[in-house]
Amino acid sequence: MHVVIIGAGEVGTSIAASLASDHEVVVVDIDPDRAEQLKYELDVLTIAGDGTTSEIQSAADAGRADMVIACTDNDQTNLVACGTAKTLGDGFTIARVKSTEYLRTWQGNEGAFGVDFMVCTDLLTAENIVRVIGLPAAIDVDPFASGLVQMAEFEIGPESPVAGQTVSEADRFESLTFVGLFRDGEMTIPRGDTDIEAGDRAVVIGSPESVQAFATDIAPETTPGQADEIVIVGGSEIGYQTARLLEERNLKSRLIERDADRARWLAEQLPNTVVMEHDATDTEFLSREHVDDADIVVTALGSDEQNLLVSVLAKRIGADRVIAVVDSPDYVTVFEEIGIDIAINPRTVTAEEITRFTYESVAENIAVLENDQAEVLELELTEGCALVGRPISDIVSEIDARFVIGAITRDHKLVTPRGDTVLEPGDHIILLVDSDSVGEITAMA
Amino acid sequence: MTTRIRVGWRASVGLAGDVLAALPVPLAFPLLIALYYGESPLPFLAAIAVSLALGAAFRSVQDPSVNLGPREAFLAVALIWFLVAAVGAIPFVVAGVGTVAHPINAMFESMSGLTTTGATVLVDFSIHSRSVMMWRQVIQWLGGLGILILATAVLSEVGVGGAQLMETETQTQDVNKLTPKITRTAQLIWGIYFGLTGLAVVVYFLLGLAFDPQMDLYNAVAHAFTSVATAGFSPEPLSVGAFHPVIQWAVVPFMVIGSTSFVLIYFAINGDPMRLLRNEEFHFYLGAMGTLAAIVALALFLDPSITFGAEATLRHAVFNVTSIVTTTGYASTDYVAWAPAAKHMLFMGMFIGGMVGSTTCSIKSLRWLVALKSFRRNLYTAIHPEAVRPVRITGKSVDESAIRDIYAYLLLSIVIFFLLTVVIVVDAERTGLRVTEFEALGAAATTFLNIGPAFGEAGPYGTFASFSMTTRAVMIVLMWIGRIEIIPVLVLFTKAFWTS
Repeated sequence: MHVVIIGAGEVGTSIAASLASDHEVVVVDIDPDRAEQLKYELDVLTIAGDGTTSEIQSAADAGRADMVIACTDNDQTNLVACGTAKTLGDGFTIARVKSTEYLRTWQGNEGAFGVDFMVCTDLLTAENIVRVIGLPAAIDVDPFASGLVQMAEFEIGPESPVAGQTVSEADRFESLTFVGLFRDGEMTIPRGDTDIEAGDRAVVIGSPESVQAFATDIAPETTPGQADEIVIVGGSEIGYQTARLLEERNLKSRLIERDADRARWLAEQLPNTVVMEHDATDTEFLSREHVDDADIVVTALGSDEQNLLVSVLAKRIGADRVIAVVDSPDYVTVFEEIGIDIAINPRTVTAEEITRFTYESVAENIAVLENDQAEVLELELTEGCALVGRPISDIVSEIDARFVIGAITRDHKLVTPRGDTVLEPGDHIILLVDSDSVGEITAMA
Repeated sequence: MTTRIRVGWRASVGLAGDVLAALPVPLAFPLLIALYYGESPLPFLAAIAVSLALGAAFRSVQDPSVNLGPREAFLAVALIWFLVAAVGAIPFVVAGVGTVAHPINAMFESMSGLTTTGATVLVDFSIHSRSVMMWRQVIQWLGGLGILILATAVLSEVGVGGAQLMETETQTQDVNKLTPKITRTAQLIWGIYFGLTGLAVVVYFLLGLAFDPQMDLYNAVAHAFTSVATAGFSPEPLSVGAFHPVIQWAVVPFMVIGSTSFVLIYFAINGDPMRLLRNEEFHFYLGAMGTLAAIVALALFLDPSITFGAEATLRHAVFNVTSIVTTTGYASTDYVAWAPAAKHMLFMGMFIGGMVGSTTCSIKSLRWLVALKSFRRNLYTAIHPEAVRPVRITGKSVDESAIRDIYAYLLLSIVIFFLLTVVIVVDAERTGLRVTEFEALGAAATTFLNIGPAFGEAGPYGTFASFSMTTRAVMIVLMWIGRIEIIPVLVLFTKAFWTS
């Protein structure tokens, strides 16, 4: 595969590093020194120049590229680079953006800016934080369809209330589908009367809210609930998105922001979050507001130094778990070494998300389960493909491949699949497929 | 150095002239009634002549180059309400019958009508001609129409006492049905007002045919005019109590609708009823009215001296509470005779008012709701001083400056209400009129908050003619100030308004 990466910062370098061995990679950076340096670090072709121009992109052979990844630190540069790439060829374009506004525009009109897939760094980081907060019981969690759908794998502990129940008893949620059950390493496709035993691993697909509610059902001890105290320090975009996603999952948080205008704005946007306007490094304030009793503290301030200070402070006064946003990847281990429970780096998160897309498959997004026994795929159905126009029950009875459709998104809305649901062109389906049947299923999409 | 007047008063006076010049249209209605019943058309011809002459004179100073800004709007609003009331008083004086032949009384009756108050100085209803009695109804209907335009198009623009919070088109630009022009909004609101009035005429008339011959076409029209306008005049000395119970029940929904935001009614009619049904002010308004009605009903059931029977007790509780809270001012029975508990509940109800953007008067539910929520927020921030908590109404956060405006408005209303009470008590003392403090409080609230009847002499079957001329003159001014939301009149008395 010919991949053009525009921007050789942390994200671009990290993507280039993971692709270099199997693919033909060209990296473009505006800084000649950086381009020169990278040439020695990785086995890639580097070009120095403005990646938004067709001249430089032609030099990188972007017209022939299978994939163009624009991941500089500047949103507009990335969008223009994708637009330029679309004028040269038909490669799959991926843009990294910070602004959720661009993401919303793109979601409202797919293909906008010539971007085929958009990764919003801040939102993605917030989703990661919320997953860490909300689903500590999950072995694996992956978002699909721009975060509308989640796949999660849980191990059913002996204490779990669902051990001993049947699937239909355990699945009380409208927008959740039980897609797979692993027992002693063997996968079974669960049916309503399948029994769940302690030690099983269950794979579910559904809306993030229903997955959260399901986690509360199977692991009430470890999954945070209404009573848990979550404190977010710093009303940056990541802090805001984290609070917003927590609200969506019915988890209440307190958000501390120093700037009065920003605090007011946050309070207006977040009706179920308590926003406090104060300096979070004031220990007297922290103990008065009982941050020492908090179950989870997230630090999302503007700089790594501030996050480090507040994280250490929170840990010192007695917060249970501290999650820190760390801007510089080099500091991640430093944070974790001094006792911060989890350090999340937005750039690493972004690079991982983009790398997931480079797997060669018609599937837009995949997750591999249990030593490659099964895969969860996201497929976009095209006009006239073999899956559209028929109820799901017909498709299941016709094909002997082992698969379960876990969720459908249609016009950015979640549709819960039922036997009589008819698939339409343009639908995204998220399904669990036995690894042996992946080829057969993807050929039909 | 001479001070320059910085208000484009020519524009305001010109606008008032436009309104006066249009007054002959509503005056033609009682004129036709007079001709139909063979009564003297003179009172209305005189008023038409005066309004045309004044209108022409005022329009001659019109300066089309002056833009109508907030100052000009305040001045125009104050002028229009005062001048229309003055012209509206002419038919009573010219007719020369009963108490209203006196100019001050005529002005009281006319101002009470135009401000949709419904307090009357008439003593004997039977001596007046049918056309003059109909004029009282027409002027109230006009007052309702005027306040709708004022509330939706003017006050919400300049933001008096938190009125900017009202759901007007400026906040609903995402809904493509409302056009961005004020005049177009006004027309939509008028359409609803006309439609509701027409519906009330039909309903009252048909129920009259079925149950009560006294509700003839004349009375159906007369009461339709004053129920949607939440105004309260009735040509019957017993008010709505003169009619069959079914008709009394039928009047209740029209009063309730008249006090509901017309903007939200517009959305409801155009297929978006959830906007109204989800509105927190609507919940507060209905909740307050329902609670008061339940308490009054309970108080009446427990009162051994009340011997109406179950249906009538419930009806009188619901009807009179609705009438007071919507600021209509009809009565189904003489509640002056009720026990103190029930009467004090009605007194409390006077201060609530319906929804912003309707024909209602008084303080209005939205202001109370914002004030209560803001107060609850203060209780929270007392413990968590760093917490930032916007006050939210139906999910939308309220601007802090609007909250301050609302607090100021509430304080101002209550201060003026107390001052008026003192004036009434002192003046009654001077003239030897026997008025209890409670009756004085009631009379002050009912005029300043534009409700209509109060207690004692000022009760629903009593008359304000018993108060002294001075008290009545003060009441005229306060009905005027209260109706146009205090501020547009008070700013006229500041130096900054005229010069800076």
